[in-house]
Amino acid sequence: MSKISLNVNGQSHTLELDAETPLLFALSDELGLRGPKFGCGMAQCGACTVLLRGQVVRSCVMPVSAVGHDEITTLEGLGTQEKPHPIQQSFIDEGAAQCGFCLSGVILTAKAVLDKKPDASDEEIGEALGGVLCRCFTHLRMRRAIRKYADARKA
Amino acid sequence: MSLSRRDFLKTSGALVVSFSATSLAGPLAFMQGPFDTHPSHIDPRKLDSWIAVSADGSVTAYTGKCDFGQGMFTVQTQLVAEELCVPISKVKLIQCDTSMAPDQGTTSGSQSTPTNFNSDNLAQAAATAREALISMAAVQLQEPANQLTVSDGIITAKSGRHVTYAALIGNKQFNLPLNKTAKRRAPTQWTVLGKPVPALDRAALMTGQFEFVHNIRVPGMLHGRVVRPPEIGATLAGVDESSVQHVPGFVKVVVRNNFVGVVAEKQFHAAQAARQLKVKWNHAPDIPEQKTFFDSLRKQPSQDSLLVNSKDVEQQLAQAGTVIKATYSYPYQMHGSVGASCAVADIKPDKATVWSATQSVYPTRSIVAKLLPLPLESVRVIYVRGSACYGLNGADTVSLDAALLSQAVGKPVRVQLSRQDEMAWENYGAACVIEQRAAIGDKQTITAWDCETWSASKGGRPGYDRPGNVISGLLAGNDPEEVQPRAAAEPQTELRNRNNAAPSYIAGCVNGKCNGGGTIRSERVLTHTFASPFFTGPLRSPLRIQFTFAHECFMDELCASVKADPVAFRLQHLSDERIIGAVKAAAQAAKWESRPSPKASASQTGTAIGRGIACVAYEGNNGYAAAVAEVSVDLASGLVTPKSFTVAIDCGPISNPDGLRNQTEGGILQGMSRALLEEVKWDNKRVTSTDWETYHSLYLDLALPAVNTVLINRPDVPATGAGETAITIAPAAIGNAIFDATGIRLREVPFTAQRVRAALLSANTRTNP
Repeated sequence: MSKISLNVNGQSHTLELDAETPLLFALSDELGLRGPKFGCGMAQCGACTVLLRGQVVRSCVMPVSAVGHDEITTLEGLGTQEKPHPIQQSFIDEGAAQCGFCLSGVILTAKAVLDKKPDASDEEIGEALGGVLCRCFTHLRMRRAIRKYADARKA
Repeated sequence: MSLSRRDFLKTSGALVVSFSATSLAGPLAFMQGPFDTHPSHIDPRKLDSWIAVSADGSVTAYTGKCDFGQGMFTVQTQLVAEELCVPISKVKLIQCDTSMAPDQGTTSGSQSTPTNFNSDNLAQAAATAREALISMAAVQLQEPANQLTVSDGIITAKSGRHVTYAALIGNKQFNLPLNKTAKRRAPTQWTVLGKPVPALDRAALMTGQFEFVHNIRVPGMLHGRVVRPPEIGATLAGVDESSVQHVPGFVKVVVRNNFVGVVAEKQFHAAQAARQLKVKWNHAPDIPEQKTFFDSLRKQPSQDSLLVNSKDVEQQLAQAGTVIKATYSYPYQMHGSVGASCAVADIKPDKATVWSATQSVYPTRSIVAKLLPLPLESVRVIYVRGSACYGLNGADTVSLDAALLSQAVGKPVRVQLSRQDEMAWENYGAACVIEQRAAIGDKQTITAWDCETWSASKGGRPGYDRPGNVISGLLAGNDPEEVQPRAAAEPQTELRNRNNAAPSYIAGCVNGKCNGGGTIRSERVLTHTFASPFFTGPLRSPLRIQFTFAHECFMDELCASVKADPVAFRLQHLSDERIIGAVKAAAQAAKWESRPSPKASASQTGTAIGRGIACVAYEGNNGYAAAVAEVSVDLASGLVTPKSFTVAIDCGPISNPDGLRNQTEGGILQGMSRALLEEVKWDNKRVTSTDWETYHSLYLDLALPAVNTVLINRPDVPATGAGETAITIAPAAIGNAIFDATGIRLREVPFTAQRVRAALLSANTRTNP
């Protein structure tokens, strides 16, 4: 067991953990966060996505020891129900979910690509989302929500 | 979470009546499951079982139909708000908790709307409550009931005197039976129902606050993992518990018959222990080869059923100038929930609680009680949403896993299945073969249609008494429901097209009663169910998508054989006004150009574009839809790219147009993924599709087609299901569009690029030898 410090959604935590523990288990089991979820455990679906230094990371395959002190942002770290982040608001407005299990992957991946390239085309956004699965196939609404957010962000 | 119904009502317990959940699972439970309302300790005949009014005037409603993402929470809240004339914000819906909600079997089969939105169950309860409150107000205000108006939970007389629901009944029970003659509010009066109310879970979902079953944490909770056999049918030879003693926080290895699981304090260590545990298994006989599966299955003994038989089909076929024959096949497909299934169980000798994403809380309660065993009364199953299931995914089986492990360690245990556990052992959508034959008469119409189907079956929904119908129950020593071979008897009762085994175009006449959707009177539909090597179970549009693919593509073949326009030829053979309405609406919205398929100008190189139509009366009478697909086919690679879908859907009175659109769009795209990519693969020992690299799904990256949805609102007929209708016609619409573009008829799903390319090559060889 190791002492692991994590900086999550603006708060720092010190945890007593096996250094090989996937970041996902630390976030969901130790910190009780609900945003990142276990989908496949193999970085194939995106349900466990978090942002690390603003970069998309699959937390199911990243050991806590590899995280360091950089800021981790989970879906709940973006905004609250009362004050959602504009990309979350866009998903709310478009009703871009069915079960919603995949949303960490969809929203955080889209946000990361647009943070890096605000004028990203639909193709570039699509490429970034190439490893994200939504098995309810709410794709059309998600694409619309991302496009509206991107356009509003540029304006 | 632990608030009991009785605590909530703060009244003495008049709710408990003496019914027990009896065995109600029908034969071959792979059908959609028991979805009717059943007597339990909560009596569905009593109003208080469904509706309660608090001291603050808010309304609590209890339902046995739950929301997995299809919108059932929002739309049932709308229903209660509408019937009780209160705003949505004043309605609290409690869904699927066996300590509080009535037993409504399984939330499945496109049955939640027919069950709760017509004249029974939740709808009847809400209407009964409103009428009861008005009657009470009439007494209190000393005014005739028909002179009173209701708004926002306040009943007002013409004089302006008024009384609130809270004052009339707050925190007290109604003590009334459901009133079968209670009048629903007419769709023309609706102010909440029928409106595009945004799903109530949106903000929580988008901000990561929504509690899924994966997020349930109970004090003292441990983590479990299962260790499934390496081969189908392998039995346990031995477990070396010492192989995992070194794992930190290791608690226990649990063995029961062939069931093996591990428990540890932390999830990571449970996963490690499951990986490292040394287990010896006895080999099982090989399973049938995939390559020859479809050919071999027809030789197996089967359970047969004749749905309709006019007895003159052979004669008509023999006399006809033209007979068209074709064989279609459809693979096993997965639910493939994006989240591997999870459940939490806290099993004590006298009291057991299971937090589960099951579609069937009462049946699961009964199965858990049977498996452990425990008295039924001591088990509580609480529904908590999981990753959407689309049918019988791993949610039931992982609930049994959690119960077995928790009982063994005497502490709450959370079990998370691995991706491989989920995919290798779930109850797949059944593989099917469909043989079609039809006669074309002198007038270029279809004069006879013969359809014979073969579908694979093993296990299915556990229902109330069959834990062996899913993998954990089987491993723990329970038998699955097996196919009982028997010959078909002549149809005795009327045609019930529950599985869409009968094409829409036959008259469906049995003993003079004709329940089919069409005009063809020389007709026979014979179904065979044979033993599957893998578990099967309902997967969104179970059997219906398979059979409809075969019917609607074959209809297209018949159209092409007489060079008829596919829309006009369909309409010519349909009699059901609602399918006709859907076909016309879709064709009109898609600006359908009337001509035969394939396109005359079908090109040999580059990209070919085509369009196709398909339609269905889901389950014969549970929703109607037609879809026009436009696809492009890359002739070099065989890659099929759908460009657009135009879907017309008729489900009676529409409860929430936004929810219906969401279901329809998702259904079409899921159908597209299943048509183009999805297929379970196996070798001679095991399923080899065990992750997203070996089982292919449409990701978010593909160029997406436009989906144009036409909603046909019919306030004057009963409400039908809507969540499985659009998906049912997607594979056929795409297959027909590919034919239109290329002249290639694909009779096997999925239409992978490889398969399309091979078909194109062999067609070219035929035309240019």
